[in-house]
Amino acid sequence: MADKKWPETWQELTPGGMVFRPGSTMGYHTGSWRAEKPVYDNSKCIKCGICYIFCPEACVSQDADGYFMADMDYCKGCGICAHECWPGAITMIEEG
Amino acid sequence: MAKLAGMEIAFAAAEAVALCRPDVIAAYPITPNTHIPEHLSDIVAEGRLDAEFICTESEHSAMSACCGASGTGARAFTASSSQGLLYMGEIIPIVSAMRFPIVMALGNRANSGPINIWNDHSDIMSQRDMGWMAIFAANGQEVVDMMIQAFKIAEHRDVMLPIFVNLDGFQLTHMVEPIFFPTQAQVDKFLPEYKPYAALHPDNVVSMGSLGMPDIFNEFKKAQDEAMINSKKVILEVWKDWEKAFGRKYEPVMSYKTKGADVLLLTMGSMTETASVAVDEMREKGMSVGLLDMKLWRPFPSEELKKAVKGAKVLVVMDRAVSYGGPAGPVCAEVKSLLYGEPNAPVITNYIIGLGGRDVTVEDFVKMTEKSIKAKKEKPEKAYEIYGARGS
Ligand code: SF4
Ligand code: SF4
Repeated sequence: MADKKWPETWQELTPGGMVFRPGSTMGYHTGSWRAEKPVYDNSKCIKCGICYIFCPEACVSQDADGYFMADMDYCKGCGICAHECWPGAITMIEEG
Repeated sequence: MAKLAGMEIAFAAAEAVALCRPDVIAAYPITPNTHIPEHLSDIVAEGRLDAEFICTESEHSAMSACCGASGTGARAFTASSSQGLLYMGEIIPIVSAMRFPIVMALGNRANSGPINIWNDHSDIMSQRDMGWMAIFAANGQEVVDMMIQAFKIAEHRDVMLPIFVNLDGFQLTHMVEPIFFPTQAQVDKFLPEYKPYAALHPDNVVSMGSLGMPDIFNEFKKAQDEAMINSKKVILEVWKDWEKAFGRKYEPVMSYKTKGADVLLLTMGSMTETASVAVDEMREKGMSVGLLDMKLWRPFPSEELKKAVKGAKVLVVMDRAVSYGGPAGPVCAEVKSLLYGEPNAPVITNYIIGLGGRDVTVEDFVKMTEKSIKAKKEKPEKAYEIYGARGS
């Protein structure tokens, strides 16, 4: 039987809700809370890294070409990156 | 062989805790439990007990230290009273949710204000729903016995919950009584070394006290409630084991002269002893009166209590705390809720007595009993009475 990712019923909980799998929160994709997502226009991006610095979720990373992108598994859609990106390379669009 | 010693009960409690070989004692003394951690610190300083004694700067820290210690798999003990317990308040429900078997000696004292250091049960009652088990001792011997039982109950793999051992402030903490002490060998046999379910260790990673969002919180609370309900089985087992080992019997609801009694008094803690003298006197006068002593408060001994009141016509519930503006005192409200809808349930009267150290005498119990018998015919005006308040 495949290991269940999360307990569903009360009987499946460990005493005190102790967690024995290190790093298990990595599997908890908080990005599901999002209403809007950031869309990057690399033609406007100057690779300043402001979006990377300001993202409170630390979910922005740099690719091999030096451009930035947000990890949609964790991006909460707060829009801070779009607000801080002064060349206007990031637009928030409704999650569809 | 067990040895008999005359000792102040707080000191005796400390000696009993030392026999349990705790690893960590973290305490901030507050009257009337002070002598318990004080004496334990002496025992540690004398080298009689190999434990870490943490003199914390507050009760909040004392409970936090116990929480941390318990997380590393240590056997942890603390003592508190009244405002000190309230100051621990933030951590109290956390350690029960984390299923840490911490033992606390609670030297029961009134919650201020007005400032008062004497006994009643308002401190424990304010922590009623914090997920801790709670037992009540009626005398020094029971304090010592329960202290040792408490570790065994709390640490049992099917329980893993913290526990309050309630001992009335001054009436018990500062009283000198002859007490039988078990030997270290007897306690070692009764209480095995603590083997924690899990312990914080870098080689074996575990997260404790994690976040519980709305999608799991409900289930978490259900699991916690089940753990508390199921702990009764273990409590009964431990009490049976104790009786076998030491010959002293403990039951969730102890009965005294209840056979065929029309009127039953229900008490908790040290007033039980006074009430038993009152019962003796009333029995001599030919009154059909018996006494129930509730030793187990959480988990609530529902079946035992239902059984114990069967056949009684009047049940007189003594509370030692006020639930301001409530339907009754905290104990009586629960007893009424338990007996609601039960066929032939007795008429229940409720007296709130002994607040903030007010003496409760044998005559008081007789008076309350006589009043209650009358109440069987004429319904009392009020659901409860703060007994003996001048002007009422
Ligand atoms: S929207 Fe917020 S969470 Fe998402 S990448 Fe931008 S700053 Fe980070
Ligand atoms: S802040 Fe804007 S311009 Fe700067 S790296 Fe991020 S996307 Fe590019």
